[in-house]
Amino acid sequence: MSERTIPTPVKAFGALALLALAALLPLVVTEPSQQNFLILILMGAQLGVAWNIVGGYAGQVSLGHAVFYGIGAYTSTMLLLTLGLSPWVGALAGGGVSVLFALAMGWPCFRLKGHYFAMATIAVAEIVQILVTNSEFLEGAVGLSLPMDQSGWGVLIFLSKLPYYYVILGLLVLTVLTAWAIERSHIGYYFRAIKDEPEAARALGVSLTRYKLIALSVSAFLTALGGSFYAQKEMFIDPGSVLAGAISIKIALIAILGGVGTLLGPVLGAAVLITIEEYSRTLFGSTGSGTDMIIYAAMIILVAVFSPSGVLGLLGDLRRFLPGARSKGPDMADKMEIRP
Amino acid sequence: MTADILFQVLVSGLLIGLIYALVAVGLTLIFGVMDIVNFAHGEFLMLGMYASFWAFALFAVDPIVALPFTALLLFAVGVIVYQTVIRRILKAPMLSQIFATFGLMILLRGLAQFFWKPDHRLIPHSLVSGNLTLGSVQFGLPQFVAALGAVGVTGGLWYFLHRTRLGTALEATAIDREAATLMGIDGQKMFALAWGIGAACAGIAGGLIATFFPIFPEVGANFILIAFVVVVLGGFGSVTGAFLAGIIVGLIEVLGGFLVGPEYKTAIVLSLLLVVLLVRPRGLMGKA
Repeated sequence: MSERTIPTPVKAFGALALLALAALLPLVVTEPSQQNFLILILMGAQLGVAWNIVGGYAGQVSLGHAVFYGIGAYTSTMLLLTLGLSPWVGALAGGGVSVLFALAMGWPCFRLKGHYFAMATIAVAEIVQILVTNSEFLEGAVGLSLPMDQSGWGVLIFLSKLPYYYVILGLLVLTVLTAWAIERSHIGYYFRAIKDEPEAARALGVSLTRYKLIALSVSAFLTALGGSFYAQKEMFIDPGSVLAGAISIKIALIAILGGVGTLLGPVLGAAVLITIEEYSRTLFGSTGSGTDMIIYAAMIILVAVFSPSGVLGLLGDLRRFLPGARSKGPDMADKMEIRP
Repeated sequence: MTADILFQVLVSGLLIGLIYALVAVGLTLIFGVMDIVNFAHGEFLMLGMYASFWAFALFAVDPIVALPFTALLLFAVGVIVYQTVIRRILKAPMLSQIFATFGLMILLRGLAQFFWKPDHRLIPHSLVSGNLTLGSVQFGLPQFVAALGAVGVTGGLWYFLHRTRLGTALEATAIDREAATLMGIDGQKMFALAWGIGAACAGIAGGLIATFFPIFPEVGANFILIAFVVVVLGGFGSVTGAFLAGIIVGLIEVLGGFLVGPEYKTAIVLSLLLVVLLVRPRGLMGKA
């Protein structure tokens, strides 16, 4: 990737500038509906970055991430409703439950490769959705509503959009930092080895199952935090809004569109996907017209067919045609190089 | 539980199971020939249902009469999908392959919603309607005819694959593409053929169930998950396996729904998928 050629201080400065820009943005964009739009992008980005840890770095395609999202949303909400526990604690508990679920699910399922694993994740998520829909304890298809009687940072319920914006921005930063730390550590190299050369990695003594479980657990934990945030923001959850198969698809799509296995690709992917979704809705009217589906399906197919490295890769390809651009091999070869 | 009720349940399971088998044989054929899982397979079924619906609504042609037309149309759709999208991702990473067919799934659903509205539609007064009574067991004539059609088409496909030159060439490509190419078989043609036949099977299944099942853009979602279970249980790539597995899945679904509760029937079938993947990943008749 080209970012490797940029010196570290420049990169650090760029990251800080980006963050400052994001922090100041809602001071310019004050319209609540537009702030909500920004929040949706950050939520999507956070989920995409989290998915990328297992789906991108470790190459284990999960099409059932809604299960972790739903566990986060349901755990924090149930703890709030039954024990009056603060969602700050509830979200961490949700993350914990999600990790346990990831371990229980990953232990047997990671014996499966490629599409078999993807199918198993779809099946698990679908089963959980059916069980929750029919659970009286979790109010089934009726769903759960959060109490409206208090607000503030303690209960993480706000009357305006602005605090939600900063909470999700913070969560996104946390998620990106986690992904970045993994990318740079030896774990990150193991993940890539598992993805690209599983047999060689095994021969070198890397425990495939162990590192796949680490990838899934970290990803599940962060995804659950995203689910808890959704519950706090919408103040209502039901199986259709936090456990549906469509959510799993969307999470994976964000990462795919942006660029699988890249740090900030999912942020770009979320911006593109959410923008298409929202604008096709306002341009073409009702949500039932299917235009948003058509546009983003066309994009997915184009990306899958022409640029497996996502929109970010597409931009990289374009850059090669600009004057003064470095002429280097394709991204994939670059990524696979082994460095001491 | 009396024997009569059990028998009734088993017959319904068998009838729906044969439809599942027909949807799944196309999926397993495509996978067997080129190792690609077609997530848009349920949408081929959906297109088959809409083809039947419009044949009925515009030209007053009954779905059963329109079947050959539906099959041809979906064959064309399958070949077009192969030529425009699949051909380009044969050597792409698995992720791209998954997302290409995934994108197709969403695209076809979106197009159906855009052109035909998300409404549920029904075909009233089909040629086949009403009930059949056999001793103490009663079942719908449309379901019976659909199951019969499924047996016929699956049987025909088996005959084609094992007893004709073209079919054998297709099988040869599935077993060893390189060797088949050396024998003068054009791999690209075989792949396109597999997509055409696979889509046609799903389309025929759509036409057969259009007489008794509501038609809407997302109808494929109901069938694709079950078709996966059938393909995995039968063994990836095995048409005979998919046929047997379809019946087993139909029986388990109806029996499970009857014993545990209809709201759990899909969960039971999906649990079967997990069990098979973990205990015997190659399924009943798959290649080791």
